[in-house]
Amino acid sequence: MMRFWPLGLFLALVGFLYVGLFRDPHEIPSPLIGKPAPGFNLPTLQDPAQKVSREALLGHVYMVNVWASWCVSCRDEHPLLVEFAKQHPMEIYGLDYKDTRPEAMAWLGQLGNPYQAALFDADGRVGIDFGVYGVPESFVVDKKGVIRYKQIGPFTPEALNNTLLPLLQKLNSET
Amino acid sequence: MSVMKSWRGLMVALCFALTTFAHAGEATPVGDDPVIQARMMRLAAVLRCLVCQNQTIADSHADLALDLRRQITEMMQQGKSDDEVMSFMVQRYGDFVLYRPPVKTTTVLLWFGPAALVLLGGLAFYRAARQRNLSSVEDEPLTPEQQQLADRLLREEEGAA
Repeated sequence: MMRFWPLGLFLALVGFLYVGLFRDPHEIPSPLIGKPAPGFNLPTLQDPAQKVSREALLGHVYMVNVWASWCVSCRDEHPLLVEFAKQHPMEIYGLDYKDTRPEAMAWLGQLGNPYQAALFDADGRVGIDFGVYGVPESFVVDKKGVIRYKQIGPFTPEALNNTLLPLLQKLNSET
Repeated sequence: MSVMKSWRGLMVALCFALTTFAHAGEATPVGDDPVIQARMMRLAAVLRCLVCQNQTIADSHADLALDLRRQITEMMQQGKSDDEVMSFMVQRYGDFVLYRPPVKTTTVLLWFGPAALVLLGGLAFYRAARQRNLSSVEDEPLTPEQQQLADRLLREEEGAA
């Protein structure tokens, strides 16, 4: 029996490596899940005088979708969000990350606007507070202002329907 | 002539060496206070850039790394300590941002796994070597037939020589 332990060790190693094949090293689990969303008070894209803050959104279930007009994979995700927002009543706030107003406005004009409001984070400071390291990223925040879910990279139709939708229903039923 | 040639070769090599040298320089820092600069770069050198994950924030030219260097500089200008800056980063990006992860239950295997493997391997090797020693042929007396065969072979050897 003792003779076989190197084989066992080898098989264990193979197991680890096999699992490793299917893990995306770019998906770094966010330490912010289960923690209060960072504070923000940002002007909207359309109107610099109008601001939206974390405090104003307490009591709402909402999603913060970090995007930018220079972001290539946002272009894939955006139509899905537009469609999703049409079908399901939900609050999505865009966080326009390190962008310029004219380009971002043109982008929304062209591809549609799924957002309750698009917040303008010109220097990316709110992005840093959210631990954003690659756009698109999305955060789902519950009524108490706590981050409950983070989507790293663009949403897929499966992620929207199988993960986001049930989560929203659950969070909306919480008090 | 061959001296000329080797000179030319040397010059070409030198040119290449110089260009690679210029590229290897670290990204230009932001701000101007040299003390804070030095502190910032020291911290940036132990923080992982999340975009290009095998580079430090000090090495990387990624946009995020530039922003984070600026962030560190500003926090230091506000009088924040190194520890405060580090915990700011960990709060946002998790332990992944640290090149030297802290010892916790989830990282025990990472920290002590290799040493444990070496110990285990050494132990296995020691036991295997000892077993081989114990069961070596020396300890087993020859049977009479083996003894006869050995004697005959030895005699033949002597006869041949």
